[in-house]
Amino acid sequence: MSAAPGLPDATRLRSGAEALAGPLPPLLAEAERLAASVLPGGHGRRRSGPGDEFWQYRAATSSDPASRIDWRRSARSDAHFVRETEWQAAQTVTLWVDSARAMEFSSDRARPPKADRARLVALAAAVLLIRAGERVGLMRPAALPLPPRTGQAQLGALAQALAADADDRDYGAPDGGLPPAHSRAVFLSDFLGDLDPVEAALTSAADRGVRGALVQVLDPAEESFPYDGRAIFESMQGGLRHETLRAGDLRERYRDRLAARKDRLEALGRLTGWQVSCHHTDTPASVALMWLWHALAARETR
Amino acid sequence: MMASLGAIGFGTPALLLALLALPVLWWLLRALPPAPVVRRFPGVALLLGLTDKEQETERTPWWLLLLRAAAVAALIVGFAGPVLNPQPARDGTGPLLIVTDASWASARDWPRRAERMEELLTEAGRSGRPVAVVALSDLPSGDALPLRAADDWAARLGGIAPAPYAPDADAALEWAQALPDSVETYWLSDGLERDGREALLAEFEARGPLTVFETDRPVLALRPAELSEGALVIEALRSPPATDATEVEIAAIGRDPSGVERELARGTAEFAAGDDAAALELTLQPELRNRITRFRIAGERSAGAVTLTDDALQRRKVAMLVGRDGREDLQLVSPFFYLRQALAPVAELTESPSIDDLLLTAPDVLILSDVAALGEVESAMVQDWVNDGGMLLRFAGPRLAASEVSRDEEDPLMPVRLRLGGRTVGGAMSWGEPRELRQFAEGSPFEGLRIPPEVTVSSQVLAQPDPTLADRTIASLADGTPLVTRKFTGDGQVVLVHTTANADWSTLPLSVLFVEMLERLAVSTRPAGMDAAALEGTTWTPQTLLDGFGDPVEAGRMAGVAGERLAEGRTSADLPPGVYTRPGGSLALNVVQPDTTLVATSWPARIPVERGAGQAETRLAGAFLTAGLVALMADILASLWLAGRLGLAGAGGALRRAGVVLAAALLALALAPAAPALAQEADAATETEAERDDRLALQATRNVVLAHVLSGDPRVDEIAEAGLRGLSQALFRRTSIEPDDPIGVDPERDDLTLFPFLYWPITEDTPVPSDAAYERLNRYLRGGGMIMFDTRDAELAGLTRTTPAARRLQAIARPLDVPPLEPVPEDHILTRTFYLIQDFPGRFTGRDVWVEASPPDAEFEEGMPFRNLNDGVTPVIIGSHDWASAWAVDRRGQPLLRVGRGADGERQREIALRFGINLITHVLTGNYKSDQVHVPALLERLGQ
Repeated sequence: MSAAPGLPDATRLRSGAEALAGPLPPLLAEAERLAASVLPGGHGRRRSGPGDEFWQYRAATSSDPASRIDWRRSARSDAHFVRETEWQAAQTVTLWVDSARAMEFSSDRARPPKADRARLVALAAAVLLIRAGERVGLMRPAALPLPPRTGQAQLGALAQALAADADDRDYGAPDGGLPPAHSRAVFLSDFLGDLDPVEAALTSAADRGVRGALVQVLDPAEESFPYDGRAIFESMQGGLRHETLRAGDLRERYRDRLAARKDRLEALGRLTGWQVSCHHTDTPASVALMWLWHALAARETR
Repeated sequence: MMASLGAIGFGTPALLLALLALPVLWWLLRALPPAPVVRRFPGVALLLGLTDKEQETERTPWWLLLLRAAAVAALIVGFAGPVLNPQPARDGTGPLLIVTDASWASARDWPRRAERMEELLTEAGRSGRPVAVVALSDLPSGDALPLRAADDWAARLGGIAPAPYAPDADAALEWAQALPDSVETYWLSDGLERDGREALLAEFEARGPLTVFETDRPVLALRPAELSEGALVIEALRSPPATDATEVEIAAIGRDPSGVERELARGTAEFAAGDDAAALELTLQPELRNRITRFRIAGERSAGAVTLTDDALQRRKVAMLVGRDGREDLQLVSPFFYLRQALAPVAELTESPSIDDLLLTAPDVLILSDVAALGEVESAMVQDWVNDGGMLLRFAGPRLAASEVSRDEEDPLMPVRLRLGGRTVGGAMSWGEPRELRQFAEGSPFEGLRIPPEVTVSSQVLAQPDPTLADRTIASLADGTPLVTRKFTGDGQVVLVHTTANADWSTLPLSVLFVEMLERLAVSTRPAGMDAAALEGTTWTPQTLLDGFGDPVEAGRMAGVAGERLAEGRTSADLPPGVYTRPGGSLALNVVQPDTTLVATSWPARIPVERGAGQAETRLAGAFLTAGLVALMADILASLWLAGRLGLAGAGGALRRAGVVLAAALLALALAPAAPALAQEADAATETEAERDDRLALQATRNVVLAHVLSGDPRVDEIAEAGLRGLSQALFRRTSIEPDDPIGVDPERDDLTLFPFLYWPITEDTPVPSDAAYERLNRYLRGGGMIMFDTRDAELAGLTRTTPAARRLQAIARPLDVPPLEPVPEDHILTRTFYLIQDFPGRFTGRDVWVEASPPDAEFEEGMPFRNLNDGVTPVIIGSHDWASAWAVDRRGQPLLRVGRGADGERQREIALRFGINLITHVLTGNYKSDQVHVPALLERLGQ
């Protein structure tokens, strides 16, 4: 990212993300492997479940084991009561936002670069998750990863890290440490570079029981390839060049290749149980966030 | 200088060599494909390894090459100065003499000739030759060859106009003989052969090269209209007699019943192939025919294509009261036989035994032959008719002699009192000889008529001696007894011939004198054809003249013309064509006489004759350069499109859009030269009088409009308009009167009845309106209009009693129908129609303002503040306060002129505006404020 990293930038990003996350209900991440990943502390779920805080007394039913009856409460009346505690559970979500140079592309001055959109969606998801008490961390290829934590302070740290991150490579890869086992992960990238590192990271994560979502952020120009005439195409860093005399002739073949790449991502998702989506920067960011929220909240069916 | 290629010539043909470079350009452009665009694109990773299917597009596409080559070619051709229909350049040296006939026949295509002269002057100016432009019809008075710089002449060209006569051959030859040697001559001939042309030609040829210019447009002319068996015959001439059959439209122009000049009839004369004359017969009602003032070939602007009409075409309507006795068998002794013989060929005769019927036909003349007394009612009717301008002609006879009519008291329908019985001389029972006529006295309408010796009078009625008798006698017998007496009454006259209309009492009806006398009395009109003898010794005053284009102009102060010269029938500089009048008749002098023939010129073969028929030079450089630039712009768009830079999405759509824009631009360019041409055509079709009237009427009636009379002084008119605009705006703001912008009107021309109010600034030089305008103004005043006269000189008037403007106002207002005036009384309605005011300042204050006087019987009544004054609106307001200046505002609504000093001045302006508002309210609402219902409220306010 060419903009100087700093507090104002981070603040702007965060306020944008909070504004985006505002209308959504708190995200409740479903903890599939609750027991294994549960960590003490955290915020109540405002429903009964395992936890330390008292939630409510309820009349015991025949299915309740006797050991669960709260005798002190039951002694005050004729019925038996069960003391329920508030369900306290926290999911860990690790974000990876591609900050390579390719993400800085925008085909139109009025349209945000892909990186901006990816950061915004990631941070909005983080806001939702943290509001829901989840712990959110960040994979950073170029620096130390931001460990998953909860709380509003973590949002600030996330925002700063996202704004500061810049990857000088043409295309990024999720290689900044692995998410904790049985946690969840969200990868946002254009996935236009070499897919092998992504595949490796994904399979190793899936091996450790990490589920998550892949969001492919693309510029509409990358989807439609609206170019014509004689042109030299360069990657953002200038590392790759391709010259053509009739760009229009390449359109179909380019689209075929892009579709093949999407198919490969889909296949990878099916293999690892990750959800895959493609987001275009000319559609509202909330679309991507909604999808992400559903993807994280969805019960694993496979 | 000018290389020519078919119809296109080039100013600098050498530049066309550059066209040879086009193939090189082609090759160069072909070798250079458009430069690639470098694009940053992350998806390049997906493109790696893809190859282009087609390789040959590396070269510029052929159509782009063609476009560029066309653009460059257009620019080269454009800079080479292409000219369509180039005129051969005249590259002589030394002085150039441009001679133009400038006769009436030149007027038909005068613009073309003026254009040709301008071209010649431009050429001469380019080569620095001195030029002289001479019109043969208006030869230079001093130097025979007024050489000047071409630019100088170009500025004077507008002053050379075709004259309504042919050049004087002798004078022209004399002038040509005075020319210096070695002069190149360019002769713009009018295409008509005349005497002396060969001599002139020889003179020109002797002095240098000669070129003649003629146009192919035929000369059209009209011979004077003639009346033949009740139909008007107008003969049109053309020269040269073309081989094809054509037709010309001939319009009869005259005044309509309301006095406005318009086309009264129209007909078509057809020239058969090869013929040089075509006749048109028009049969018109006498009323219509009498109103015709001229005929004109429609669409032809030339004095020759107009022929004026005079009395020869006018037939007066003569009514004769015939007796009821059925004595048809005695034709030769009938009192009407000789009258009929004399009048039937030249007048419309109506005969009836009933005065009612006769007067209904609105006759010009009523003849009573030996009718003693009319009935009381009939007599009153005839008196009214005579007072309105009729002419009553009575003949005596036995019945009149025996009656008591006009015996003791003068009968209103008799010019003199009669003595009882009459007298008879030279009869069988008397001693005397029949009396001859005495020579007509000076001042008598019969002055100059020759009296044939055989005319004698044997009986007559005798007039009573009377103080007025001598004045009323216009013809008398040798012994001094009156033969014809006349009395004017009202606008008309009563004439009594003291003898009979048949041969009983005199031989007068048998002689030619009888016919001539009737003619002089304007009972009959002169038969067609005018002989020099009849015109000898008479003087005629020009009434309406024709200019070279055949448009009528006022004669102004031109001196009278001797009849002999008119009889010659040759128009010249001091005898322009027109209508000449003298009491009792009018005579039209036309360019084309009944015996005129048109002969086309035939130039010797050695003389180069230019025909103006070819199209004029058109410079095409601009068009070519524009086309080149447009092609280059199209090239830019096409290159952008080829390089893929013409928009990202929907490049095809963008191209289509660009194509549409391009096509529109090209179309606009193609139409651009045509549009002004259309506009010019529209301009050329000049607005006719009727259209102008309609437009004015629409403008004036759409809303209330204040109007001012155009004074002729632009500054005064401007202020008057600004003043009325300011007043209109004040009315708009303060009252429910919402006038439109004011209009300047000309009482000579415009219909005044459309305006409720006229502001008339009078200056020293304001022209006195014509009779027609006075008629309009009086009709306007009688119809309830109001005119506000403003002499705008109150400050001067304070020093001297009368001012030049005031004297002019008196002169202007004298024929107006203005009631008695008085200074505005204190209780005049103008003081309270809207505002309560007591004085009426404009830019000046103090002097009186005059309005119609209140009726003398208006009295103050007890308890009433106001007299019950005259009903209706005062027709005039006369003052000198320069109101318009006080009201005047500029376009932004700011006061235009200073009034007084400081706050007082502004107050004065405000009061002036209030007066204006009161005035217009008064004009529009009349005297409703006189109604007593408002009195209590007004009293209350007055008491404060």
